[in-house]
Amino acid sequence: MIPDDLAQLFHEELRDLLDSLDRGLLDLRATPEDPALIDQVFRDLHTIKGNGAMFGFAELSGFVHGFETAFERIRSGAAKVTPEVIRLALRARDEIPGLLDGQAGTADARQALLSDLSAALSDGAAVHSATRVANPPSLGQQDARQTHWQTLQFALDGAAFDLGVRPDLILAELQTVGAVGFVAETDAIPDLAQLDPSVCHIVWTCDVPPGVGEEAIADVFMFAEATWTLVAKDPAPQAQPMPAAPAIDTADNPPTKTEAPSAPTPSAAPTVRVPAERLDALMDAVGELVIVEARLTELALNSQDAALLATAEQITRLANGLRDATMTLRMVPIRSLVGRFRRLVSELADHLGKPVNFVVQGEETELDKTLIEKLADPIVHLLRNALDHGVETAKDRQTAQKHSVATVTLSAAHEGTEVVVRIRDDGKGMDPAKIREKAVAMGLIAPEASLDRSQIFALIFAPGFSTASQVTEVSGRGVGMDVVKRTIEGLRGRIELTSEPGQGTEIALHMPLTLAIIDGLLVDVAGERYALPMGAVQEIVELPADKTNPDTTSDFLDVRGEFVPFLRLRAAFDCAGEAPRTQNVVIVSASGGKVGIVVDRIISTQQVVIKHMSKLHAHVRSISGATILGDGKVALILDTAQLITLGHHQAGSAGHARGAAA
Amino acid sequence: MKKTILIVDDSPSIRRMVAMTLGEIGYDVIEATDGRDGLAKALKGPCDGIITDQNMPNMDGLTFIREFRQQTVSRGVPIIVLSTDSDDTLRQRAREAGAIGWMVKPFDQAKLTAVLRKVIG
Repeated sequence: MIPDDLAQLFHEELRDLLDSLDRGLLDLRATPEDPALIDQVFRDLHTIKGNGAMFGFAELSGFVHGFETAFERIRSGAAKVTPEVIRLALRARDEIPGLLDGQAGTADARQALLSDLSAALSDGAAVHSATRVANPPSLGQQDARQTHWQTLQFALDGAAFDLGVRPDLILAELQTVGAVGFVAETDAIPDLAQLDPSVCHIVWTCDVPPGVGEEAIADVFMFAEATWTLVAKDPAPQAQPMPAAPAIDTADNPPTKTEAPSAPTPSAAPTVRVPAERLDALMDAVGELVIVEARLTELALNSQDAALLATAEQITRLANGLRDATMTLRMVPIRSLVGRFRRLVSELADHLGKPVNFVVQGEETELDKTLIEKLADPIVHLLRNALDHGVETAKDRQTAQKHSVATVTLSAAHEGTEVVVRIRDDGKGMDPAKIREKAVAMGLIAPEASLDRSQIFALIFAPGFSTASQVTEVSGRGVGMDVVKRTIEGLRGRIELTSEPGQGTEIALHMPLTLAIIDGLLVDVAGERYALPMGAVQEIVELPADKTNPDTTSDFLDVRGEFVPFLRLRAAFDCAGEAPRTQNVVIVSASGGKVGIVVDRIISTQQVVIKHMSKLHAHVRSISGATILGDGKVALILDTAQLITLGHHQAGSAGHARGAAA
Repeated sequence: MKKTILIVDDSPSIRRMVAMTLGEIGYDVIEATDGRDGLAKALKGPCDGIITDQNMPNMDGLTFIREFRQQTVSRGVPIIVLSTDSDDTLRQRAREAGAIGWMVKPFDQAKLTAVLRKVIG
């Protein structure tokens, strides 16, 4: 029985191997002659085959064996890599996951696929059988010796000791098959002066009972460098020595030195696979530590005890180091995602009949693991869009005097405290007039509304918005840019779009480095403290005296000519007591627009460790989490996106819908 | 004293599986991810036996065995190759390189145990 964690490891590894195989095959299409790539593909196949067999997936192993056999012709140089070969190989690769979960097609279909692959590789040569035939060692035949006691004589070969052969183990095993009467002949041992202690000079003989066949003895000597003979004891007809089949006298074949060590390449850094929950647990513990450390510092400052202060400072340094180290543990290079994208773009380009060169930059860029997983879908969507709507057909491109092969670039880079993922195409770009027209038709904006270019582009993120005159099979999946935008903002990222008609479109996803710790702005509302994500804070202004009347919970603020709805947290949270004479408005912005949040007082900025709310509080919309402050008190983290929606909703119900929507 | 076995395989799941079996029988286990890593760990030693894969990045199993056998510390250390291949010429080359045995994947725990008991004790 295979334990669960081992089975999980097997599946994870298989997924990595399939990704690597994908990458290898696609790269091979670009550089068909690269021997390193061919080796890599081969090795991946080989490992998949071996692991599949080890974990009980015989059918998978057999299939991959056939795949590998077909590919052997490439490695041996007998066949060349062609796009057709890669296409078939990718299809064969796609059969592999199905063989794990029983979702596979028929065996005949797979066999046909292998036949095609093999044919593409060998001009119609016969397919190698996909079933492996293990060659059992030829068994000794029943003969007279098995009815009599036999004499076994054996000696170790010259190099046997060096190779780790242990005569004591051999003798013990012979005893277990029933051999008795062991005699060690020491005649061959030379004088001490000539003795080579690394060579065994003893010759053993023993009696083997009837019924013990040659194969049983061969089995004993399977891993021993020894020469042995087995002869019938009694009337010994033609007792000829029988060298054991697997024994090769290595003394006559010293290790060859022809193979030079391969050129030094940096060996892969050793890695440890750890379940993600353990990292989360560690992150939690470090979060607690950071909080306690803040308390300690506060206590130390109050105590004025020099020794305590010094220790607290040291703890602060250590805690920060630990926090940073823990954060990097969760970072994985974006490369792990890219394999999937290469495949997608390649297939999509073929499907749409648009030649596309897919360029990836900054694969090494690291991002929090949870973020990377959640980014996959939005990026897939954006790539689909780029290929489907952005890139023109080769004919249109020629008409526009562009290179017939389009370029789609996926790049990732660190910029300050964020990672920016960009998806860029050199296609036809977006036409602001067309977007505007569509938005008016959809009732998103008034026909006379005056919008600048970036405001117009922002419209494509509205729910249900699509300018494609006809929904194509590729992009028409009911998921719009609004979903992409919501996903990105749910991850505390933001999305930016730039487009130049005729030149192409670029979408930049600005993502925070981690989801666990943020810079927060601490504010005070009726004696309670709240944290706002600093990334969303645009500016802080004082609440004008004429707006302090709290009869309405929401109103508008004139910020340099722009009307911004605002929300009184005191009213929204139903706080008792009087507001202070001067209140501040924190203006936050997110995809939904801007909103002012009226608070009693601004306290400070501080790094906050995000603690998730319990399930009981999951329905509390305007709070995204909590954090523990230096003094041990809890501060709730405000969900800016929700507050903006809330603010606009109230503004809308107050009859200011038009102004708020813009 | 517990005996130590070095496992050289680029596949983590195979390593883990072999390591688990070995742990159950009572061996200590050192793991290496390819021939180069294996060579470094084998030379650092001490180990009582080596189980190695053939097909690995950076340095394959046979090269690893050859390189290791050039060193005196390799004396008396049995090496078993664990491979998906059952090709006889490859087996022979492994023997020539200095391996003592060849096991074809897949194998079960009982078989691996039997072989180790036979070779390493």
